[in-house]
Amino acid sequence: MSSFIFRRLLLLAPTLFLISLISFVIIELPPGDYVTSYIANRMAMGDAVRQDEIDALIKRYGLDQPAPVRYTKWLGNALRGDFGFSFEWELPVSDLIWDRLGLTVMVAFAALMFSWIIGLVVGIFSAVYQYSIADYIFTALSFIGLGTPNFMLALILMWIAFSQFGLDISGLFSQEFVDEPWSIAKFVDMLKHLWAPAIIVGTAGSAGLVRTMRANLLDELSKPYVETGRAKGMNETRLVLKYPTRVALNPFVSTMGWALPQLVSGSIIVSVVLSLPTTGPLLLRALLTQDMYLASSFLLMLSTLTIIGTLVSDIMLALLDPRIRMGG
Amino acid sequence: MAAEQPTTGRIQAGDSRQAANAEPTASAAPKAPDEQEENETGAYLPVEEERIYVASPLQMMWWRFLKHKMAIVGGVIVILLYLVAIFAEFLAPYNPETYEVALTYAPPQSVHLFHNGEFQGRPFVYGLTQARNPDTLRMEFQIDETVRYPVQFWTEGDPYKLWGLFPNSRHLFGIGEPIYDASAGESAEAPFSIIFLLGADKLGRDMFTRIIYGSRISLSIGLIGVALSFIFGVVLGGISGFYGGVVDVLIQRLIEFIRSVPSIPLWMALSAALPQDWSSVRVYFGITIILSLIGWTFLARAVRGRFLSMREDEFILAARFAGAGEMRIILRHMVPSFFSHLIASATLAVPTMILSETSLSFLGLGLRPPAISWGVLLQEAQNLRSVALAPWLLIPGLFVIITVLALSFLGDGLRDAADPYH
Repeated sequence: MSSFIFRRLLLLAPTLFLISLISFVIIELPPGDYVTSYIANRMAMGDAVRQDEIDALIKRYGLDQPAPVRYTKWLGNALRGDFGFSFEWELPVSDLIWDRLGLTVMVAFAALMFSWIIGLVVGIFSAVYQYSIADYIFTALSFIGLGTPNFMLALILMWIAFSQFGLDISGLFSQEFVDEPWSIAKFVDMLKHLWAPAIIVGTAGSAGLVRTMRANLLDELSKPYVETGRAKGMNETRLVLKYPTRVALNPFVSTMGWALPQLVSGSIIVSVVLSLPTTGPLLLRALLTQDMYLASSFLLMLSTLTIIGTLVSDIMLALLDPRIRMGG
Repeated sequence: MAAEQPTTGRIQAGDSRQAANAEPTASAAPKAPDEQEENETGAYLPVEEERIYVASPLQMMWWRFLKHKMAIVGGVIVILLYLVAIFAEFLAPYNPETYEVALTYAPPQSVHLFHNGEFQGRPFVYGLTQARNPDTLRMEFQIDETVRYPVQFWTEGDPYKLWGLFPNSRHLFGIGEPIYDASAGESAEAPFSIIFLLGADKLGRDMFTRIIYGSRISLSIGLIGVALSFIFGVVLGGISGFYGGVVDVLIQRLIEFIRSVPSIPLWMALSAALPQDWSSVRVYFGITIILSLIGWTFLARAVRGRFLSMREDEFILAARFAGAGEMRIILRHMVPSFFSHLIASATLAVPTMILSETSLSFLGLGLRPPAISWGVLLQEAQNLRSVALAPWLLIPGLFVIITVLALSFLGDGLRDAADPYH
């Protein structure tokens, strides 16, 4: 077991290094940099930009150095927790990203919980009452859930909440808490807002889980041991929940590996639509304005999150299933 | 993430159906030897069973496919959608760029058959007028029931060039001369003579027309993207599976690496890297390549798995003993035996591509106006205010959902038909 974890950890370092390189290169790819787009913006507004001002900006942001030098510097500092400077916000990147990454993980986690609960409850129900009207309705709903893009769902929910109930479901905090430091009251306020993004981000996942759970449980329910339990007069609810459900849960756990990273990934577009204070809107903005250290750091951190999430779930799976750690 | 999660769900859904599907075929298969004996002894062979006995693999696949009702429905919808995309100029009543600021956010008009309880013989729409609401002082659209515009088919309209080649001005439908009610006359303003089935956008352009034109890019980007990933996937997956060893390890590591990067941020970063001054066509191909950069890994895995399991199969061994060369074994024996399966996997990959393009364009990172795709159209629905004012701006999303569902069902059916025992 420990050798399995050791091998996986060994792979982690080169992967992260490659990712940091790619994050940086992608951001470097487009012609021009932050200063050129900044100047273009100023010019568009009718401002004259003096040459010495341009030179000063370039000097200040270190853009006169060649890309490899900047990359090494950035990576070296990043290892010490300093991710560089955001041009647009005029703030250190580390001041901007940690809060947002934390909230992103929070939204993803809430979405995961939502999709697990729905997946379990509806999946079991659909399997036990196979071909009932409710089963057909759930099946239809889950297919629609699979086919609907996240952001579409966000738009539709937002529209319905607004036009039918006069509710504004965007944002994660009420107006009075936005700039407040963290407190119990702020946390409670966030929980009140968390349900909408959790449902939206979690829907596609829960639709998939419902299908998985239903198929797995149906396979189990037709096995002889279930029949034996029934013949012995076991209580039906107890029978279903105690044995077949537990067996059917096994593949359920294995989906966790891809679930969390994908939820983080999926929450990005949704948070743009709902204007959540998570990574999504800031990353989009940084990409569009070529705010390179901010964008690169986001890419690096999101990828690191993904990889660590996958690693944790692989280790959990290996703990659960000896076949994986032997073959690994 | 909507784009990728579906796969697991679909596989599971497919599995249960596969089990049901395998039965009839399995019961048909054991009959074949009996048939043969009967045949040799000259016994009567029922037509129905002879049909099964002599059926080619392709025919068997087709029969299995026909058993999936949902797959057929999906297939028909997919064909219809692609036909719409091909004949967009003819099917759309207007030019997608024709704008009329007075018609900003005009609501969808419904087609009627009855006027004042009387059957009219041909469909028509009521006239649309604008009047200031005395309470809110906003200009509002009103339906003027005293004017009817009959819907005419095969009618003259905005001139266009079909596929940019054939100049024409015939449209599938349009409106004819207005018919005024006898009681009419006092209407202050002349109604707009338009037929906007799905309303109008911010610039007063017909949404129905724009959705039809948008299907071109949205539907073709899926096909081209999958075709590209197909080529990458088959070549790299094939090499990986057939040769094994160091090459295999390298390619597998590459695939693992690409997959370990979260897809949406990677897509966003790559599309943001496309130069702003690129023309629509170049952006289109840029986006397609970006999408297939990740898409190929899934197909490559599938191909590699097939190659690995097939390498040990008896018929490959037999071919090798018979002295066939490697290329011949790959192309003549291995590829045909899993090609149908690949087609099915590719079909299942198309919806992911379509969803990704829609999401990217929606964020403003993909295609930009004047290019028209469903994602670009949805960009207008980005803020709550416009959606509350004009909910029909969300309709392009409905088309995305229908397309994705239809393609998924079709892909499921194809996969089950191609490979019922897997």
